[in-house]
Amino acid sequence: MSKYLQNELTKLKKKFYELCAVVEEDVRDAVRSVYEGDVKLAEKVIDRDRQIDMTEIEIEEDCLKLLALYQPVAIDLRLIISMLKINSDLERIGDLAVNISERSIKIISLNRKDDSFDFTDMCEKALLMVKNSIDSMIDFDMKKAESVIEADDEVDRLHEAVFGKVKKALEKQPDNFELLSQYLTISRSLERIGDHATNIAEDVVYMINGTIVRHQGY
Amino acid sequence: MDNVIENKLRLETIGLSVFYGDNPNVKDVSLKIYDKKVTAFIGPSGCGKTTFLRALNRMHDLTRGAKVTGKALIDGQDIYDPKLDPVIIRRKIGMVFQKPTPFPTMSIYDNVVAGLKLVGIRDRKLLDEICERSLRQSALWNEVKDRLKTPGGSLSGGQQQRLSIARALAVEPEVLLMDESTSSLDPQSTNRIEELIGELKDQVTIIIVTHNMQQASRVSDYTAFFYIGSLIEYNKTTKIFTSPDQKRTEEYITGQFG
Repeated sequence: MSKYLQNELTKLKKKFYELCAVVEEDVRDAVRSVYEGDVKLAEKVIDRDRQIDMTEIEIEEDCLKLLALYQPVAIDLRLIISMLKINSDLERIGDLAVNISERSIKIISLNRKDDSFDFTDMCEKALLMVKNSIDSMIDFDMKKAESVIEADDEVDRLHEAVFGKVKKALEKQPDNFELLSQYLTISRSLERIGDHATNIAEDVVYMINGTIVRHQGY
Repeated sequence: MDNVIENKLRLETIGLSVFYGDNPNVKDVSLKIYDKKVTAFIGPSGCGKTTFLRALNRMHDLTRGAKVTGKALIDGQDIYDPKLDPVIIRRKIGMVFQKPTPFPTMSIYDNVVAGLKLVGIRDRKLLDEICERSLRQSALWNEVKDRLKTPGGSLSGGQQQRLSIARALAVEPEVLLMDESTSSLDPQSTNRIEELIGELKDQVTIIIVTHNMQQASRVSDYTAFFYIGSLIEYNKTTKIFTSPDQKRTEEYITGQFG
């Protein structure tokens, strides 16, 4: 029975890691489309979302099948439960990449830019969180998972700074609302991507040692 | 172990070893069994779980060349006190075996009250009462109440095992040891016995030895994992089956060996 389960888990992990790679690439491409004003890249991200959604459902069904058929325990159980939860976070990150891509297309169509809004730092940090959270899962790397959880405050802080800046800019140029609201949405999406990466890292901690580390701030 | 202080201690072993000849089959096991809880012993064949279980009601007294060292206590009283009659201990700590053990030609009724008659109880009314109560406790009453005089051997395997449980319960044990008591039964009978364990644990402390990991996780509150005669890990069942502390436990319950 264990060998059957291990074979099924190997197949599931392969599919799961492919999803991780696609989602990570989507976030990278979405952010690049904003930097480079690249509509095609943004459209590529939007088109690929359906593939992510379908894979998410497949992985969920596979996890449920393994739970029902093999009654896994210990590390096998924690792995499947974590994948089930991380799967949903990955799908949401994919949606947020689509959101950024749509904002990117909108900014290009407005044909206006405000170069004082530079998301480079925030993008790099959110991207690193996504990458590290996924790597921590693949490598069972507790330290990396903890580094993701710690990094979230910094991305939150950067989002708050963008929010303040948009607010000030709106006071000065209220007619620039459409462009500024795109920037605010991009910032908000990046901040949410950081939150999902944090969720993934928390599930990785559970997967590795069985400790639930969510909501420890109370 | 996680948060076990809230439960009352019933049985305890301190450095208990069981020898067959010079070699210990069970080595230096210290374990606390909690009152009105189900504790499961798991581990691969030959790991010592059954040997340890049998040491808890002095079954090894009957085995030539077997020796038990260390302490085994029930409610603080030494189970191996030489002044103590092993029959009294086995009344307190009953046992149900892997295969159903009815006396095949004896009636269902006589099977249930056999232990009571052995200790000299002859009061018919009392025996009737205990017989009905025990058969109800073992969830067999409704199936056999109209044929108590038929031989125990006429029952199905699952019914015979419940009859064995009824016989063990008739003498009102404080602890019930169940040594792979469902391994020879079909899934439906197994399910019935597992339900019964859940019902009985309000009244008696139960220890089961099982090879069926799902059974241990379904029915027990605590699980002890044995390997090559040693107790490797003992904890709440949820802890053992979700995130055990010991690598060997994890490897065993995920089927990597054994």
